[in-house]
Amino acid sequence: MKEKTFTITSSDGVHARPATVLVQKAGNFESEINLHYKEKAVNLKSIMGIMSLGIPSGAEVKITAEGNDEEEAIQKLEETMKNEGLGE
Amino acid sequence: MSHIKGIAASSGIAIAKVYRLEAPDLSYNKNNVDVPEDEVKRLHEALDISKSELEKIKEHTKKSLGDEHAEIFSAHLLVLSDPELIQPIEDKIKSENVNAEAALDETANMFIDMFKNMDNEYMRERAADIQDVTKRVMAHLLDVTFPDPALINEEVVIVADDLTPSDTAQLNKQYVKGFTTDIGGRTSHSAIMARSLEIPAVVGTKEITRKAEKDEKIIVDGIDGDVIVNPTQEELDTYQQKMADFEKQKQEWAKLKDEPTVTADGTHVELAANIGTPDDVEGVLNNGGEGVGLYRTEFLYMGKSQLPTEEEQFGAYKSVLEQMGDKPVVVRTLDIGGDKELDYLDLPKELNPFLGFRAIRLCLERDDIFRTQLRALLRASVHGNLKIMFPMIATLEEFREAKNMLDEEKLKLKEEGHDISDDIEVGIMVEIPATAMIARQFAKEVDFFSIGTNDLIQYTMAADRMNERVSYLYQPYNPAILNLINNVIEAAHAEGKWAGMCGEMAGDSIAIPILLGLGLDEFSMSATSILPARTQLKDLSKEEMASYKENLLSMGTADEVVAFIKEKTNQ
Repeated sequence: MKEKTFTITSSDGVHARPATVLVQKAGNFESEINLHYKEKAVNLKSIMGIMSLGIPSGAEVKITAEGNDEEEAIQKLEETMKNEGLGE
Repeated sequence: MSHIKGIAASSGIAIAKVYRLEAPDLSYNKNNVDVPEDEVKRLHEALDISKSELEKIKEHTKKSLGDEHAEIFSAHLLVLSDPELIQPIEDKIKSENVNAEAALDETANMFIDMFKNMDNEYMRERAADIQDVTKRVMAHLLDVTFPDPALINEEVVIVADDLTPSDTAQLNKQYVKGFTTDIGGRTSHSAIMARSLEIPAVVGTKEITRKAEKDEKIIVDGIDGDVIVNPTQEELDTYQQKMADFEKQKQEWAKLKDEPTVTADGTHVELAANIGTPDDVEGVLNNGGEGVGLYRTEFLYMGKSQLPTEEEQFGAYKSVLEQMGDKPVVVRTLDIGGDKELDYLDLPKELNPFLGFRAIRLCLERDDIFRTQLRALLRASVHGNLKIMFPMIATLEEFREAKNMLDEEKLKLKEEGHDISDDIEVGIMVEIPATAMIARQFAKEVDFFSIGTNDLIQYTMAADRMNERVSYLYQPYNPAILNLINNVIEAAHAEGKWAGMCGEMAGDSIAIPILLGLGLDEFSMSATSILPARTQLKDLSKEEMASYKENLLSMGTADEVVAFIKEKTNQ
């Protein structure tokens, strides 16, 4: 399993637009991908799961991936986080 | 005829006949099924058709409204592919042997309830998105026609309980002259889209669907939030005139959107906007704002259970600065206390909150709160043209102490390796008469003044602006106020500094000629007042207004001032 921790820098937290891009990106991978925030973990391929967390700016989140393409998944998702101004 | 009041969501006047956009009957029977696999297959067929329709709507929206508005449909499409939604529906069909309709409805409702109960307005509005997409799927399962506003081909005003984002996106401006709904507010999707499409709209009427029948004549006044069903001939004439006036005015205003604000005799003044959140910047730019003259940071602190973090604030400040580019942004540091309370700070109740522990007074004592804000501001400073303003300054010591904290944080941040802009102007809001009286002394140390008229008037006249019995004392044009304003502007100019104003008065058509004559450099107002103000200033001569200065300052009453200005400016 691969994982990576991020701090959310987007001023509105994780809201519709960047969340959409992130979920679309996660959907391209076979691996099981989860987003962890506080004690909760949700499927990163689920838009409703992500939005239900209501992640604010400044939050610490962790993305984990498990499967054949886990390495590439984490790498691409990190790029997406940065490109969308979501977190670093 | 009937008159109905609602919320003005998008300005303009529409007069046409009623088109009722009604939701199809999506009632269903919950059945037990023998072959659950067939139901799963039906579910996926309905999902697939819905997705291809949404793809089309998304493309249509992209063309008519642009990428940003089409984004919502990307989110809708993801909802229809969401494993956390689809899997439970399939599971329900298989484990309970129920039909697809029941499984879809019950599962979707669980999510809708969850979003509706969140303590964040944004999330609550997402419940409407889930409802919108599941209705479409349900219609396909039941094989009923989903309403299609794209098919309208005559001039109408749409009357509906609410408009979904997909309804709004399909509106053809050529035929749909306006719309009005029972529910919704200024920030609901339909209202935002209406403003982008420039279709007049009145939302939140509570009862329009019960008052307007198909093909009846209807007037929608999106300027004042009025709806009239079956108007009289007289009302029709009045509103036709109002529509023509509005169109003419809009054309006049639009011409000035990208123009600088220049008076008839060639003086440039700056017209800026007052904002509360980063989302307000779009409106500032659309209305031709030359800067942000007052960014009220209180909203970052309100409506939550704890203080905002440095990162959270940094994000908001950076967003505003970046969106404004090289245009100036005056950020007012926290102005809490008085009528604005924060539960989590647990401040004792005061007998006289407006004269009490608020704004800079609170910040200087709770410097942990203040320093966090200053750090966030300093770090954001490299992303645009930042100016920092302290509110409620009564003495020079207060200003010096606040400025000192700012300098200390700046030094610390630089030592931590942060980039900080080296030319951040630091000024004060002038709203206490004592400060206006010795503005000359302040002007030697501050970089700018911004006059906050709402408080300056209530403190000068000793009249609580919330108390209706003394509301007659709330007199912006009282010569006492004008003399204080004049004192501040003269003091600023004597030291080569600038003076602005960020109260209601700055956008007022009587005050503008006076302030121009007194030499005010920057006028900050609500975004929608900017173009009307620019239009007014274009025809005013600064030299002429300045020639009335001594006369105005020596008048005895506010009424004399108003009568004089009305006569000189033909109002």
